Amino acid sequence: MRQPQAANSAGHVVVVDSGGANLASLGYALERLGVTARVTTDANVISSAERVLLPGVGNAVAIMQRLEERALIPIIRALTAPVLGICLGMQLMFEHSAEGNTTGLGLLPGRIERMPAAAGRPVPHMGWNTLQRKRDDPLLHRLTDEDWFYFVHGYYAPATVNSVIATVEYGEQYAAVVRHKNFCGVQFHPERSGKSGARLLANFMALAN
Amino acid sequence: MGQWLIMLARRIIPCLDVRAGQVVKGVRFRDHRVVGDILELAARYRDDGADELVFYDITASPEGRSVDRSWVARVARVLDIPFCVAGGIRSVADAEAILNAGAEKISVNSPALENPSLIDALARRFGSQCVVVGIDSETSPGGYQVHQYTGDPNRARDSGRPTLAWLNEVQDRGAGEIVLNCMASDGVRRGYDLEQLALMRAACRVPIVASGGAGAASHFIDVFKAAQVDAALAASVFHSGAIVIRELKTALRAAGVEIRP
Repeated sequence: MRQPQAANSAGHVVVVDSGGANLASLGYALERLGVTARVTTDANVISSAERVLLPGVGNAVAIMQRLEERALIPIIRALTAPVLGICLGMQLMFEHSAEGNTTGLGLLPGRIERMPAAAGRPVPHMGWNTLQRKRDDPLLHRLTDEDWFYFVHGYYAPATVNSVIATVEYGEQYAAVVRHKNFCGVQFHPERSGKSGARLLANFMALAN
Repeated sequence: MGQWLIMLARRIIPCLDVRAGQVVKGVRFRDHRVVGDILELAARYRDDGADELVFYDITASPEGRSVDRSWVARVARVLDIPFCVAGGIRSVADAEAILNAGAEKISVNSPALENPSLIDALARRFGSQCVVVGIDSETSPGGYQVHQYTGDPNRARDSGRPTLAWLNEVQDRGAGEIVLNCMASDGVRRGYDLEQLALMRAACRVPIVASGGAGAASHFIDVFKAAQVDAALAASVFHSGAIVIRELKTALRAAGVEIRP
C-alpha cells in the first residue's frame, strides 16, 4: 500500500528514461497540460511517483537491456501508481516480444508479434487511425470513434489480449489501448495525436490512484 | 487493394524548406525567397489540420557543414502532430540530436547515396519507423534515375542509380518510409507524376509519400486514388494560400478518400 507520507512528499510525474528518442515530445505534451515531468532512471524517484510514463522508441532489446542495467525491472513491476506505456513502452509491458525475441516486463499477459506487410498494407503501420472501443474505461473518457490517433509501429499486441480496452483496424484488428489494474498502455503516440492525444494523457493524469 | 487501407487516413504533409530558421521556397530548387517564420507557419499548419510536417534544411546537405538546429526543439514544443527533419543528416549522432530534440523522424537523401549503410545504422539504432529516405527521381530517356545534391544547382547530378533499384535497396536496408520527389513535375503545379508514383507504390512495402507537382485539390484526389500513395507532400501551394488544408480535406472526403478531419 502507498504510504500517505510518500504521496504527500512526492506527487511527481515521472517519465522513465528508457533511452528512446521521444522523451522530449512527451515532455512537451505534458507541459501543454500544465504537468512538469521528471525524466529519470532513478529507482527511488520512480517508486515514489504519482504517475509513471514508460515511453519507447527504437528497439525492444535495447530498451529492456537499459532497464535491466539500471535494475529497473523489479521497480516497475512493483509500482502501484498508474503507469502508462507508450508504443514500444506498451509492448514491453507484455510477456514477450518477437522483436529480437525479447522477454518483456510481464505486467500484462500476451505476446507481441511482427506485423507482416501485405498488398495494400505497408508496414510500418504509420498514420492516423480511429479506435474501436471494447470496454469502457476512464482512460477513454470523452473520447469517441471520431477521435484520431497517430500510430507508428511494425509490431503489435493482438486484439485478443485480455487487457484490451480499444482496438485499431489496419487490415486486421490490433490492440490500441490496454489496461490491467494500474498498468495502462497505448500503441499510438498521444504526444503527437493532437487534441485527442492530449485528452488521453489528461485522462491518464486523472485516473484514481 | 484499398480494403486494407480504408481505416487508415491518407496524410497531407506540408513541407517547409528551412534556411537560417526561416521558411523559404524556390521553383525547381532555385531562386529561394522567404515565405515566413518557422514557428508561425508550423502553428498555422497544425491548426489548419495538417497531419504531419516536414522541415527540410535546404542548405545543409550540399555544403557539408553542420547547422544550427535549435529550432527543432522550439517546433517540438508547439506541435502536437508528428514532424520529420531532413537535410544534412550524415551520421547516427546527427540523427540522434534531432530526434532527442523532439522530431519523430529524420529523412536522409544525398548522404544515403554516398553511404548506403547509413540507413542500416539509423534503422538499427532508432528503429525503421524513425528513418525516412528521400529520393529525387528524374525522368530520363533510359527510365527513372535518382539524382543527388539536388539542393545545389551547381552540384546536382545523376547518381547513376535507377530509381526502382534504389527504392528496393533502401527498403532492404531498413527505411521505414520513402518520400519520392518526382523532379519533372516539381514546382510546376500541374499535378503529381501519377504514372511513376503508381509504379513505385506497387514496388514498395513501406509507406510512400508523393512529392512534386501539387497545384490544385484535384491533384491530391488523383494521387490518392490513382497512385494509392499513403501521403502527399506539397509546399508552395500551401504557403501561398492557393490551397487551404481544411478545404482540401473537405474535398478529399467528398471524393471518398479516407482523411482525418
